[in-house]
Amino acid sequence: MGLEKVDLTKVKPYGDTLNDGMVQMSFTLPVSASEEAKEAARRLALKMGLEDPSVVSMKNMGPGFSFFIVYGRCGESIDYTGIEVPKVDVETMSKKEVEAFIEEKIKRDITIIGACTGSDAHTVGIDAIMNMKGYDGHYGLERYNGIEAVNMGSQVPNEELVAKAIELKADGILVSQVVTQKDVHIPNLTELIELLEAEGLREKMVVVCGGPRINHELAKELGYDAGFGTGSYAEDVASFVVDEIVKRKLI
Amino acid sequence: MESKLNLDQNMIQEARHAAKTIADDVQFFIDEHTTVTVERTVARLLGIDGVDELDTPLPNVVVDNIKQGGGLGKGASFWIGNAMVGLQKSPQEIAEAVAGGELDLTKIAINDEKDIQQAVDQVAVKTVEKIAENRERRDHDMKYIGDGEKPYLYVIVATGNIYEDAMQAKSAVRQGADIIAVIRSTAQSLLDYVPYGATTEGFGGTYATQENFRIMREALDKAGEEVGRYIHLCNYCSGLCMPEIAAMGALERLDVMLNDALYGILFRDINMQRTLVDQYFSRIINGFAGIMINTGEDNYLTTADAVEEAHTVLASQFINEQFAKKAGLPEEQMGLGHAFEMRPDLKNGFLLELAQAQMAREIFPKAPLKYMPPTKFKTGDIFKGQIQDAMFNMISIWTNQGVQLLGMMTEAIHTPHIQDRALAIENAKYIFNNCKDLGSEVTFKEDGIIQSRAQGVLSNAHDLLIEIQRNGIFKTIEEGKFGGVKRMRTGGKGLDGVTKKDSGYYNPFVDLMLQGGA
Repeated sequence: MGLEKVDLTKVKPYGDTLNDGMVQMSFTLPVSASEEAKEAARRLALKMGLEDPSVVSMKNMGPGFSFFIVYGRCGESIDYTGIEVPKVDVETMSKKEVEAFIEEKIKRDITIIGACTGSDAHTVGIDAIMNMKGYDGHYGLERYNGIEAVNMGSQVPNEELVAKAIELKADGILVSQVVTQKDVHIPNLTELIELLEAEGLREKMVVVCGGPRINHELAKELGYDAGFGTGSYAEDVASFVVDEIVKRKLI
Repeated sequence: MESKLNLDQNMIQEARHAAKTIADDVQFFIDEHTTVTVERTVARLLGIDGVDELDTPLPNVVVDNIKQGGGLGKGASFWIGNAMVGLQKSPQEIAEAVAGGELDLTKIAINDEKDIQQAVDQVAVKTVEKIAENRERRDHDMKYIGDGEKPYLYVIVATGNIYEDAMQAKSAVRQGADIIAVIRSTAQSLLDYVPYGATTEGFGGTYATQENFRIMREALDKAGEEVGRYIHLCNYCSGLCMPEIAAMGALERLDVMLNDALYGILFRDINMQRTLVDQYFSRIINGFAGIMINTGEDNYLTTADAVEEAHTVLASQFINEQFAKKAGLPEEQMGLGHAFEMRPDLKNGFLLELAQAQMAREIFPKAPLKYMPPTKFKTGDIFKGQIQDAMFNMISIWTNQGVQLLGMMTEAIHTPHIQDRALAIENAKYIFNNCKDLGSEVTFKEDGIIQSRAQGVLSNAHDLLIEIQRNGIFKTIEEGKFGGVKRMRTGGKGLDGVTKKDSGYYNPFVDLMLQGGA
């Protein structure tokens, strides 16, 4: 008996055997731990569509709450061959390659403004992309030859960001949104695009957003050129921006 | 305490001396100035509370009136006291009259200075007594109800709704939390007023209001009695209203408050002149109220590299210690901050973290050090996150930290879910119990990795402090020495709220509180 081949039109979770469908999950129920609570957790997993759910751990979290770890088999499968996810369509260049690209194809220094806008006070994301030091060994844009990187920091009103972009004749704007509770980032991101459109600037700049809850699809929907999620580094963003500048003839 | 790190005691002394000179230097500036929030704090401590019909807090109404009349330099006490003498009204009645447009504080006849001070002092003494009672109540409860073992387990709640926060806090207490911090709504540090009343909506946190403080205090007192442990309540002074929030905390018996001007300057872009003046009064209030302050050095490491910039954390701790001393804060209330933020894939990174934590412990032996968890290299992989937090907990019990801000495996994903908190507490309790006496059993190899690292960091911090002593703190911040963030002396938010004191400036609370009360 050989090894069974994965049928990409019917992909299921893999535990220790192909197509066993094993799923692990954990959740809290707002009831005290008891045999009834455990049964409730099992039935809930059944209702979620898991087969043979097994509550492997129940923990009391003080009166009124209990925490469960549950395993079960997922009966559903996915046709992997039919999936297409919109992605930032540019090959990431290294810092050196980006610098060479600017020198050869843009032939002038470019200005990129970064900010954490609205009420968001968390600069982790924008700092990782902009600051000299960068993040996780990937230098930030401030260190790039040919890029004038201006990090406006946190809680920047959209109006100030646009004013700065006009003042510096920015080629690109990077907006970071970390706090996304209650979808506060959506109206904020939308407002920036509206302001840029009102000023007639939208088409003259590359506008990009990023953050842990942001992906390219959402960014496109909101009118941005690209969106970068977790795990993106300065060179990913830089590659996109310089490529876009050339593609759109914003030189 | 015997040094396990073989630290150079002379070097520590020199560093401390340099930090003192740095603080002395700034104190000259502080003593000559006051700010709108300092004066609003005085108004609050004189009993002024509530809002006008536009929801503007009355302390703002009063201080804005004084500022518009050009009288801020004499202090709110002077003008309120003057109106008390002239109109025979209470501070609250005076504030309401100002709000109603019936009274312009700087336009009425000036009374005898002695009478003014006497009128103000009568009210001030009562407030100070009330704060002293809160302090006694805390001491009493900690003694008779009980207190958690250190490191205290510190968790946050951040639902935006104070009633939901209270419910989650009680659940966390039952799981073992010793300190509950209510995270503020994300933009509150930049508001130049304190919102009023109970609030049920916020972003990424819950507004710090006096009523919210009261609601949480009541909930935690109840939960504490139930579990036989006094539960410490924490909130945040930093921002544009440092002393006002400190005063609210003192009145509602908070136990721990984040209090760090440097943090506000670097990470919230608050003007440095403004916030250093604010910090002084806020620390006097915290100190008198028996509140442990937490400083924000840990934040440097979210923007700067934890290995390369470790000495800036230590240098800042030295400076914060001296600023706290000036405000009458005893060492036992100085929760100096630091953090476990090195890259997880760094070879021997654990040893370097251990060196840093042990070094802080030895240099500030009485301070209940506030140790912050890994956040920067949390990725969303909750399984790895749980291990990172375990490593962090191990160092904390090993080096006897004071306040353990529990890491959440879901850091970088969302504000903690109820089970995230429970799992974090379980993680810490397991390790704290399992490794209880590790610190007193193990010594470090002479001139090994750990000793050498600590000695190196101390030496760099020493050199940086000598340099700051030469240049002054303002210039040092302008050059971006802390956290790699540059801020200008006249930049940032809130500078227009700073005023030079005039002759005849009066604020009874500074002396009353520095002298330990009425």
